[in-house]
Amino acid sequence: MRVGYYPGCSLENTAKEYDLAARLVTNHLGIQLVEIPDWNCCGATAAHSTDHLLAVALPARNLVIAEEMGLDITVPCAACYQRLRTAHRELTENRAVAEEVAGVLGRQYRGTVRIHSLLETMADVGFDVLSAQVVNPLKGLRVACYYGCLLVRPPSTGCDDPESPQLMDRLVETTKAEAVRWGYHNECCGAALIFGAREVALKLVQRILRNAVDTGAQVIACACPLCQSNLDIRQGQVNKAFGTNFAVPVLYFPQLIGIAMGLAPRDLGLETHFVDPQKALRIVSG
Amino acid sequence: MLLGKSQIDPGFLASTARASGQDTLSHCYQCGKCTAGCPTAFAMDYKPNQIIRLLQLGHKEKALGSRAIWVCAGCFTCTTRCPCGIDIAQVMDNLRIVARQEGRTGQGKRAVLFNELFLRSVRRNGRVFETGVVAAFNLKIGKPLHDTELARFMLKGRKLRFVPVRIRKTAEMAGLFAKRKKG
Amino acid sequence: MSRIGVFICWCGSNIGGLLNCPAIAEEAASFPGVVFSTDYKYLCSDPGQKMIVEAVSGYRLDRVVVASCSPRLHEETFREMLKRAGLNPYCLEMANLREHCSWVHQHAQEAAQRKAVDLVRRAVAKAALLEPLSPNRIPVTKRCLVIGGGIAGIQAALDVADAGLEVVLVERAPTIGGNMVKLDKTFPTFDCSACISAPKMAAVAKHPKVKLYTYAQVEEITGYVGNFQARIRQRARFVDHTKCTGCGTCWTRCPTSVPDEFNEGLGKRAAIYIPFPQAVPNKPVIDATNCRQFAEGKCGVCEKLCPAGAIDYTQKDEIIEVEVGAVVVATGFGLFPWEKVYGEYGYGRYPDVITGMGFERLVTAAGPTSGKILRPSDGKEPKTVVFIQCIGSRDEAKGKEYCSRVCCMYTAKHAHQVLEKILDARVYVFYIDMRTFGKGYEEFYRRVQDEGVVYIRGRVSKVFQEGSKLVVKGADTLLGEQVEIAAEMVVLATGVVAAEGAHDVARMIGISVDKDGFFQEAHPKLRPVETHTGGVFLAGACQAPKDIPDTVAQASGAAGKVCALLSKDDLETDPLVSHVNNALCTGCLACQGVCPYRAIQPVTITERLPGRPPRERVVARVNEGLCQGCGACTVACPPGAVDLSGFTNEQLLAEVDAFCLCARTR
Repeated sequence: MRVGYYPGCSLENTAKEYDLAARLVTNHLGIQLVEIPDWNCCGATAAHSTDHLLAVALPARNLVIAEEMGLDITVPCAACYQRLRTAHRELTENRAVAEEVAGVLGRQYRGTVRIHSLLETMADVGFDVLSAQVVNPLKGLRVACYYGCLLVRPPSTGCDDPESPQLMDRLVETTKAEAVRWGYHNECCGAALIFGAREVALKLVQRILRNAVDTGAQVIACACPLCQSNLDIRQGQVNKAFGTNFAVPVLYFPQLIGIAMGLAPRDLGLETHFVDPQKALRIVSG
Repeated sequence: MLLGKSQIDPGFLASTARASGQDTLSHCYQCGKCTAGCPTAFAMDYKPNQIIRLLQLGHKEKALGSRAIWVCAGCFTCTTRCPCGIDIAQVMDNLRIVARQEGRTGQGKRAVLFNELFLRSVRRNGRVFETGVVAAFNLKIGKPLHDTELARFMLKGRKLRFVPVRIRKTAEMAGLFAKRKKG
Repeated sequence: MSRIGVFICWCGSNIGGLLNCPAIAEEAASFPGVVFSTDYKYLCSDPGQKMIVEAVSGYRLDRVVVASCSPRLHEETFREMLKRAGLNPYCLEMANLREHCSWVHQHAQEAAQRKAVDLVRRAVAKAALLEPLSPNRIPVTKRCLVIGGGIAGIQAALDVADAGLEVVLVERAPTIGGNMVKLDKTFPTFDCSACISAPKMAAVAKHPKVKLYTYAQVEEITGYVGNFQARIRQRARFVDHTKCTGCGTCWTRCPTSVPDEFNEGLGKRAAIYIPFPQAVPNKPVIDATNCRQFAEGKCGVCEKLCPAGAIDYTQKDEIIEVEVGAVVVATGFGLFPWEKVYGEYGYGRYPDVITGMGFERLVTAAGPTSGKILRPSDGKEPKTVVFIQCIGSRDEAKGKEYCSRVCCMYTAKHAHQVLEKILDARVYVFYIDMRTFGKGYEEFYRRVQDEGVVYIRGRVSKVFQEGSKLVVKGADTLLGEQVEIAAEMVVLATGVVAAEGAHDVARMIGISVDKDGFFQEAHPKLRPVETHTGGVFLAGACQAPKDIPDTVAQASGAAGKVCALLSKDDLETDPLVSHVNNALCTGCLACQGVCPYRAIQPVTITERLPGRPPRERVVARVNEGLCQGCGACTVACPPGAVDLSGFTNEQLLAEVDAFCLCARTR
């Protein structure tokens, strides 16, 4: 399987371990990731809160490049995924926007690119195929799969049921870990507010951590660099603000799958987390 | 509360509906499901259902001047569950856009500043230079040492870059930004 | 040359407020054949009609054009008036100046005025060619079919039977009683539902004029008003009810245990069962899909046990044909299938999130918990109960746009019942707008508030399980704040929807459904129990969501209509039907293919032409009882052999010519 890869800006900066794990695990599974050449930023919240045309035009450039190469796209970042899907939708359903964007881009998007989240691309391999690759089962590890917002909402662009998403749970279960049922799996972590309204964002992080811990989860799995950094590296600030003492490791789901497949923790970037996950993983892998 | 001509803009509902592509704004019967599920409503002055009510009554000033539109995290929970099919998150986006265009961002100074710095970085490099944007932001808000403990951690994990990654065709960025509406 | 009178109605300000009626009348006076023309405030009023009657005799008019409202409203009125004036009632032509002109062109007065004149010109052109028509007579079968054995069907059947007419009552389930008999108590009076419906069930089953078929379905209805033929399929019960004594031995040892639909899945039943102890008939059926004897070919426990030898695994479905003169459709309602779309409330995965109907079964003494309100998950008594209204109602995004009418009240009753049975309970009701429209309803709402039920105005965004509690995240829109409640049970007030299979029933009978799948009444205000198909009447929630009093009232209304219809020995048919000119008909039967009323059949005629031997050939024939005068056949007929009385090709062409003249003169 050969698929276009749109890492997004975070994966070359603060979330480089997600990039490492995604490339390593997909490679192990025989998926060939072709990085979209000369890709640009999707614009994120900054663009869509500022200018509608820009919010479509920035992702559109990436879509056009992928289209010219005849590639579908897989996206590891939930925010980038949603921006690319939204742009695709606008460009294929709203003729006026499509023409305006073609004007500033100098190129026309025909709408042939299929955009998948990394969750979908991994699930497409087949849960049984993934299970068969497991050499280091994570039996006994209780994982709270955190979907957050933009992977599943709005329903028009989401990659799974917005209220009861299952993709990550199913993927994590292939490692023999237990995916716990918890109420905050699709609540917002407030990553978009961390600069504009930090105290609000920290409150949201605190609630999610609280619910995960109360449900008995040992680690949180996620599929978004913004969610991960918010839930992981803000734990110190949360503990300070709310007088708590959370220390919940927050992993990218390909890291968990990689560990179960016997890939080296260092190669998966496990040592770069704020809350060290290696202790929790050592417990289960003996 | 007065509903006279000087307090309200009766066309604001229609213009917001048009700009955000929503044709059911007038259907809202104030069930409050948006507010019930909103993760940040606790920090809002007007709750999401009240923002829609302000629009229905034409209270443009109050809607644009609210803190709510800047506390909205854009999580689409409201949109997903609205029984009237209103994309409330999209409406919030449009209110932010109009507030910025009309220079009424008093309640959202930091968000607007961050967005500006972010987009400036994207225009210049084609990708966002996280380190640069955050440093500039902290400097501008007068807290240059904000998050230093995180910076130290990230340095350790070699997660911080000190030079931006630039795409090859940065010139194309200028084109994309050319028609951006000024605020 | 006919002598035409033209009468322009103001309809108060409805027409007169926009159009210059005297000017229209003046212009109409110059149209060909018009000998008298005038205008009047309200032509439908007594003095208005009197004026027309006097003009008919005074000016020796033989055709009348009334330009007023829609013929759907007053065509009958003016036809009756023509009779009084001594004219054939079909010598009337109407022009619709209200719905087709003044109401829809309020912002274009001048153009509307011109259009009004054109509409009148058209009507005059047609009136000149109108022919007197007279109705035929058809006989009436004095028997009524009632489809559905819920409270609506039972009431209609009893009323018709008490009037001395025969009734055939057909119910799809193994027992009659419908949804009402599942309910515990009824708002706002707390009458025990079973206590008030069970006697009616018994009465209808015992009534000498009622033939009852349960576990049966009407498969086909043909014919027309006064003369329907119905085919009923009696499903095999695998229990011979002529032998069965209803002793109940059979189901005690049945090895099968499946969720009990009568108890909303909160209890279990065997494969051989009666739905509930007071079922009518009080004899079991075997549910073959879940029976071990049918699935595996061996078991036979009930057969061995039955002291009467009534078990018969070889029983087959039976077909029964009946002739009836009228049909009452009383197929009831369903409840909104919330599990499919309300993911935010758990898609039905949390056992302690139940529906209002489930709550009825929990709270009723005859239910699976013998009337104790206990949580399905752990059998404990819930101390905090949250009710959420408008599940599937007033939710255009994932449910229905309409208000289901009954949920506010049944939820208020449920809330009361929780406080009555669990003394230290906390009860919260999330509502949007309270709709307490009936007699004694608002007082009831106030009473349950006095009892301590906490009403919170807002929808709930999410319910999720946390340990043994259900976290309910809602809003209090009156305070503008979020509300979070840790509940032990959540009850969803699911809305009323069209019954499963309602579309098939409608198609089978030839009646229409509205956008939500409920059966369409003939007029929303003035003909609420009739359908557009003659002789077919509606009763109960199959027409729209209704509570019990409204259902019973409509059922009695339908019964009254049936009695009026069947009190006649024969019926007049509408003369506005199609006719086939045998000389032109080639027998191609293109008309039969397009007829939506199955009114056209081929017949063989013997043709005798001078100088030739007689020969037999096939032509089309219209059944005047079935024909509704839609005219589809006249268009489909290649040689133009079919014509529709009152809308003949000649008349329609004259109208078109009149319009073309309008266009040319402009």
